[in-house]
Amino acid sequence: MALSGMRGLSVFISDIRNCPNKEQERLRVDKELGNIRTRFKSEKGLTHYEKKKYVWKMLYIHMLGYDVDFGHMEAVSLISAPKYPEKQVGYIVTSSLLNENHDFLRLAINTVRNDIIGRNETFQCLALTMVGNIGGREFSESLAPDVQKLLISSSCRPLVRKKAALCLLRLYRKNPDVVNIDGWADRMAQLLDERDLGVLTSSTSLLVALVSNNHEAYWSCLPKCVKILERLARNQDIPQEYTYYGIPSPWLQVKAMRALQYFPTIEDPNIRRSLFEVLQRILMGTDVVKNVNKNNASHAVLFEALALVMHLDAEKEMMSQCVALLGKFIAVREPNIRYLGLENMSRMLMVTDVHDSIKRHQAQIITSLKDPDISIRRRALDLLYGMCDVSNAKDIVEELLQYLSTADFAMREELSLKAAILAEKFAPDLSWYVDVILQLIDKAGDFVSDDIWFRVVQFVTNNEDLQPYAAAKAREYLDKPAIHETMVKVSAYLLGEYSHLLARRPGCSPKEIFTVIHEKLPTVSTTTIPILLSTYAKILMHTQPADPELQKIVWAIFNKYESCIDVEIQQRAVEYFALSKKGAALMDILAEMPKFPERQSALLKKAEDAEVDSAEQSAIKLRAQQQMSNALVVTDQRPANGAPQTVGELSLVKIPSMSGDQHASTDQGLSQANGTLTTVDPQPASVDLLGDLLGPLAIEGPPGAAVQFEPNAVSGLEGVPSSADYAAIVPVGEQTNTVQPIGNINERFYALCLKDSGVLYEDPNIQIGIKAEWRAHQGRLVLFLGNKNTSPLVSVQALILPPVHLKIELSLVPETIPPRAQVQCPLELMNLHPSRDVAVLEFSYKFGTNMVNVKLRLPAVLNKFLQPISVSAEEFFLQWRSLSGPPLKLQEVVRGVKPLPLTEMTSLFNSFRLTVCPGLDPNPNNLVASTTFYSESTRPMLCLIRIETDPADLTQLRMTVASGDPTLTFELKEFIKEQLVSIPTASRPPAPAPPAAQPTNPAALTDPGALLAGLL
Amino acid sequence: MIQFVLLISRQGKVRLTKWYSPYTQKERSKVIRELSGVILTRGPKLCNFVEWRGLKVVYKRYASLYFCMCIDQDDNELEVLEIIHHFVEILDRYFGSVCELDLIFNFHKAYYVLDEILIAGELQESSKKTVARLIAAQDSLVETAKEQASSISNIIAQATK
Repeated sequence: MALSGMRGLSVFISDIRNCPNKEQERLRVDKELGNIRTRFKSEKGLTHYEKKKYVWKMLYIHMLGYDVDFGHMEAVSLISAPKYPEKQVGYIVTSSLLNENHDFLRLAINTVRNDIIGRNETFQCLALTMVGNIGGREFSESLAPDVQKLLISSSCRPLVRKKAALCLLRLYRKNPDVVNIDGWADRMAQLLDERDLGVLTSSTSLLVALVSNNHEAYWSCLPKCVKILERLARNQDIPQEYTYYGIPSPWLQVKAMRALQYFPTIEDPNIRRSLFEVLQRILMGTDVVKNVNKNNASHAVLFEALALVMHLDAEKEMMSQCVALLGKFIAVREPNIRYLGLENMSRMLMVTDVHDSIKRHQAQIITSLKDPDISIRRRALDLLYGMCDVSNAKDIVEELLQYLSTADFAMREELSLKAAILAEKFAPDLSWYVDVILQLIDKAGDFVSDDIWFRVVQFVTNNEDLQPYAAAKAREYLDKPAIHETMVKVSAYLLGEYSHLLARRPGCSPKEIFTVIHEKLPTVSTTTIPILLSTYAKILMHTQPADPELQKIVWAIFNKYESCIDVEIQQRAVEYFALSKKGAALMDILAEMPKFPERQSALLKKAEDAEVDSAEQSAIKLRAQQQMSNALVVTDQRPANGAPQTVGELSLVKIPSMSGDQHASTDQGLSQANGTLTTVDPQPASVDLLGDLLGPLAIEGPPGAAVQFEPNAVSGLEGVPSSADYAAIVPVGEQTNTVQPIGNINERFYALCLKDSGVLYEDPNIQIGIKAEWRAHQGRLVLFLGNKNTSPLVSVQALILPPVHLKIELSLVPETIPPRAQVQCPLELMNLHPSRDVAVLEFSYKFGTNMVNVKLRLPAVLNKFLQPISVSAEEFFLQWRSLSGPPLKLQEVVRGVKPLPLTEMTSLFNSFRLTVCPGLDPNPNNLVASTTFYSESTRPMLCLIRIETDPADLTQLRMTVASGDPTLTFELKEFIKEQLVSIPTASRPPAPAPPAAQPTNPAALTDPGALLAGLL
Repeated sequence: MIQFVLLISRQGKVRLTKWYSPYTQKERSKVIRELSGVILTRGPKLCNFVEWRGLKVVYKRYASLYFCMCIDQDDNELEVLEIIHHFVEILDRYFGSVCELDLIFNFHKAYYVLDEILIAGELQESSKKTVARLIAAQDSLVETAKEQASSISNIIAQATK
């Protein structure tokens, strides 16, 4: 079978193969292209056979990498040939030669459509294949309905339908609107019942694409996916030809599990159980075997199962089983498994709270940093970066630094950026941070971007304690024989500013400092010289009393550069020369740099931007987001004990006493007074960073001016400086609450009154989840604050406004929520006495320039302190009779009730933990319930409720409530009434004045929490 | 999703390309050049995955040929690695212990086979038997057409004798 069956083609291929060099090959190709061109152009029509031969040659030439810029028309025209052989070639060559944006394809749409709707099965297959491979938007709009029809047609054979499924997938990717969800969801579910595994595999791929965009519409497919997995796992009804090395279609297993990962959760306990059985079997039953392919296939399934388990947030046991497996994988010899182990550990960090168990493998991961395979090294670096926190930052960063000297060039930039970010985020102390950055510059100066050294200068400037240390360090590095230019820059800058702090140390006299810096001048480029000149000027200024000798040398240097061709250097030289002649006045003018305004770290921003770029549409991100938004997964990467030390940017930590905004604006004011920043620069942080660093250096203004500066004169600037960091200026007035909540806050609250966990609030930046446990009159509520963004949320504040009857203690809420992290804030509650008032959580945070402030009712409502109890008829009537009348037993006719059948009312009562006791009341239209109420003031108190309904008019009923405490009776009655009248979202009716007999609680009205709750 | 499929020989000669995402001719050449540089230089006993421009290339070497498939970052790598092997096994069955020469002179057949395995960058058929059956059916269609054509030309030839 060595010949193509077309002699001309074979000859041409042989010729090409026999070409001794590239030159000859090109000649041969050019000759052939010329030949084909004249043939195509010739008046004489070509036979189909000839056309076929030439377009194959064109494809071959194209494949070799030569431009084939003609003849496309001939290839496309073969599609409309009547016979199969020509048509086949037309379709295949067209789909290989052209891409979806090619104009000629448009010409073929009609022919393609005719083939698709025609009755020739083989033509249908050819057309579907081509459209599936290169169909674009136009194909999508004109062909999708026809393709859909083929996919669900009962008369089509599997070979057509499986192609139709993937073809539709392509069309859907090009334009999601072509698949009409309403009609399609049910069809999709039916498709998953397919017995033919080829069709099923293709359909499942289609499903994955559909649910990745919109899972809501396809809930009905979820159980089917689980069923497919069960079918495969039990090897039921799987033809032999669909097992791959003994494994029932590993591909289909992977796809079904992938589809499930797009559903936020699986609620049905039965389905969940059967799925977990399958997953458990995969996790436990996958062994390493000798056959490579079998091993790969079974591990493909295993890794997908791991991802699904992570997504579903399985029980702790299963999770730790996963971590254990991954821990095993990262140490095996098989490089693929090692790679995937590391990769999946990183993913695990994103979604679940397994930080500590992963940390146990730190040593092994560090070993992988030295793996011979760069792919594996990259994964290891990524994982180390992800798992780094305050506790292990020192170890990890030091490992990274050590590795830096031997790392491949391809990785150094990423490595140094990551090391710098980690050092900044998790530095246990600032001097360590300075050490790390200086080492970084020393070891990999070429790969250290300007941002990194700008950042260290900012830190040193803003932290006085750090200045002498940094200066001393810089001095040390200057003693090294050969240092990187970036090191010259940063040390010159630091020494210019702070060398006077070292004055008494050996080798640190102004003269000596000057000499050691000046030695470097001949080696540096023109961008560094201006910095050196500033340093000289500053050294001169700090030399008191003046050293005439030093002065003379420096002046000579200024003189020399006065005629420099570089404007920046020239200007500095001229200005510094003139200034330094002024003697003591210099002190004022060249004073120390003011502190930098607070800003988001340019490094972090850079890293985030990169992340956003690369992973924009990726499913893992999507899945991760869903994860964030669906439930109470603990992704907290840091101790949630409310200690925000060094979390987030360091800068936030060390700035004393001033709040961010104030600080920024005064600083901005300072610079403005100095005349360096006349306009607020709306550019990205890295750019204006440069302005900050170099700008003021060039034209240093007198600090005296700043002292006299009236801060309120710049009140108009307030807020703007920080917005400059985000490259978008928000009008000052619109800074609060421009963020819209996702979902209805009221509905979420009511839902949480009935459940103990769920989402309390969500907006584009944050999600607040709640998980509660109630025990008698006490409760423990955990708030999960999840940052959905890739940048930190700052100025986070949570304030509880408790009503008088609740004692609430909120643990410390960290001021910053790191990117993509979730922090937990436990809340202890105690119910003092019965009341319907609701606690309010006042929550605010800042994102960019937006201050977001929301007030949320906490679902710590009366019914949470109830415990269902069922009583016998005897007990009930005994109690009922003993509580004879007001104020212990209250009766009211309630009108305007939302009509509910008795069964629904029963379940409503049960969900409020009021146990309905059937059969106690002889009248079937009545309902009797009992419960126990817990508070600190009352003992556990039995409450009895009787509802008498009128089957003729469901909007009214008579309600009797009895308990041993008058307040409780009243509050419970009102509570139940509210629930019956206003299900589920109507606003709370104004509380009626309590009856006179009632011991009223005057505080309730003045209580801020209660008032607010009323307003909400 | 598989973005593209490449078959490259150890010498860097391209034996098959299939693009499921739109790449222009220029981009195609650039991708091939870059990836040949990355993949052909990798030593043995390393893993089968290479990270490349935000995507991942899963590759495997069979004798003198490298089979490469480029996928999204979070696709299942091993699954794709076995798609490659699945493809190779089908080629092997079709050509009868396939070698590079088969793929050079019958590159168009390799395209036919690939189209029965992948569409839109997704696996279409995981049964080797089914693929083999479909390819055989296509071949016989082409054969029949050829016979018909020759018999028609015979008839014409005889008629005009």
